[in-house]
Amino acid sequence: MSEELICITCPMGCRLKVDRRDDGTLSVTGNRCARGIKYAEEELLDPKRMVSATAKVSKPGAGLDAVSRVPVRTSVPCRKEAIGDLLADIYALTVDLPVARGQTLIQNWKGSGVDVLATRTLP
Amino acid sequence: MKELTYDAVVIGGGAAGMAAARELDAAGCSCAIVEREERLGGILGQCIHNGFGLIEFNEELTGPEFAERMEERVRGTGVAVYTGATVMEVDAAPEIKSLFCYSASFGVIRLNARAIVLAMGCRERNRGNIRIPGDRPAGVYTAGLAQRLVNIEGFVPGRNVVVIGSGDIGLIMARRMSWIGCKVHAVVEILPYPSGLTRNIVQCLHDFGIPLYLSHLTTRIIGRERVEGVEITPIENGALMHEKSFVIPCDTVLLSVGLVPENELSKDAGVELNPMTNGPVVDSMLMTSVPGVFACGNVLHVHDLVDYVVEEAKRAGANVARWLKGERPQAEARIKAGPNVRYVAPSRADPSRDNKIYLRSLVVKNEASLEIRVNNRVVRTVKKAHIQPSEMLSVDLSRADLATCSGSPDPTVEIALA
Repeated sequence: MSEELICITCPMGCRLKVDRRDDGTLSVTGNRCARGIKYAEEELLDPKRMVSATAKVSKPGAGLDAVSRVPVRTSVPCRKEAIGDLLADIYALTVDLPVARGQTLIQNWKGSGVDVLATRTLP
Repeated sequence: MKELTYDAVVIGGGAAGMAAARELDAAGCSCAIVEREERLGGILGQCIHNGFGLIEFNEELTGPEFAERMEERVRGTGVAVYTGATVMEVDAAPEIKSLFCYSASFGVIRLNARAIVLAMGCRERNRGNIRIPGDRPAGVYTAGLAQRLVNIEGFVPGRNVVVIGSGDIGLIMARRMSWIGCKVHAVVEILPYPSGLTRNIVQCLHDFGIPLYLSHLTTRIIGRERVEGVEITPIENGALMHEKSFVIPCDTVLLSVGLVPENELSKDAGVELNPMTNGPVVDSMLMTSVPGVFACGNVLHVHDLVDYVVEEAKRAGANVARWLKGERPQAEARIKAGPNVRYVAPSRADPSRDNKIYLRSLVVKNEASLEIRVNNRVVRTVKKAHIQPSEMLSVDLSRADLATCSGSPDPTVEIALA
């Protein structure tokens, strides 16, 4: 049984056809370059995504430039099936100001090697 | 009224404005940025997803990170920054130009300069622009407005969402709304192909099982107080199939139906606009039809990557500095959009220099080729692995390409795709 994928490594958008061999490895066709094979393997064997979201700020200020959310991202891609749980933990955060861009808000989330970082500096 | 004078004033403190101002400062010109928001960065602040900066910073950043890195570069220079100040009037007189800015903290400020850089960016097309019939309930937002509400203000604009239009902001918002616990029921696109990048179709729709209806038109928004649903009608062979219309129940509609350069101030200054881009017509120095008024970034034409905006704005800043020092292009060649090309920007090239030209395709094609023709003769062909209307293309017009321009009274360069 073969599966169809669109490679998202570059804008070409190659339509990949992937078959599982008996030994568990994959046979990929339809790719125009080697990156297509790597993409198909990651996508079918261990799909991951970068996650970006926002976290609550503990005491948002007043005035025109008051900010109530701090944007965050993962340091590395997170396993797709874990994204829902990760988001729940990000939404449960309350971040005290000041916060610096790149500051770690969650370290090594559930031992996955994924950190959650602030992407904006708030005084 | 406070009155200040600079060599150049940049209108807009987004990626384009910051990049242009920094180049001006580096070239020894005094320069100010006027920004109506309370902070620099423009639209980047609300684009919390990653994918920015691969060209400019050689790493993948989110919008806020990209904005802060740009801001740090500007803060380290002599560029004066006025935030929370809105330019209300432009007087583009031949020698010294004046901008009248309104600010809550300073009142009215008059900024005088020999050159103005337009870097106001673009705005979203809305329901009125595409004339969706039906009721007028609450719950209809442009995708960028919803993005601001969610990512900056921390509000959730609705629970059950239909996205109209498949532009990148709409796709990114489909994922964002899904990640905050909303249900996105569909993305509806009038064209037979998506307007956003393929990778966004995969990451933002396929990952969440969101159906994409291509060749479908939204024929009615339904709901008295709040949106209750949208009526969708398939298009077959160019005709609406009313008997096949169906309703998708939802409480929120997000519109991602294109961007328009924001040129109200440009018009005020008497700048000529190009009907294909809705941005100013510019020469090889990115100068508009009004001498001393330049344009760069999304106010000139809508780019799909901020990295290209910065690249263009740096060039604009450097050109303004050259212009302020008295440099003028000697003879220019007109650049024309040839077959399968929607537009080219800028509209003129300087044969004595290397030129960077941006263009958009009218067609979707793999293994395409781009032809440069000077006075109807092909001078060079460039292979393009893949072209599609949603992906901006660029081409370098070198002095060698344009060598045959000299000796011709009105040289014309045509860019064609096949």
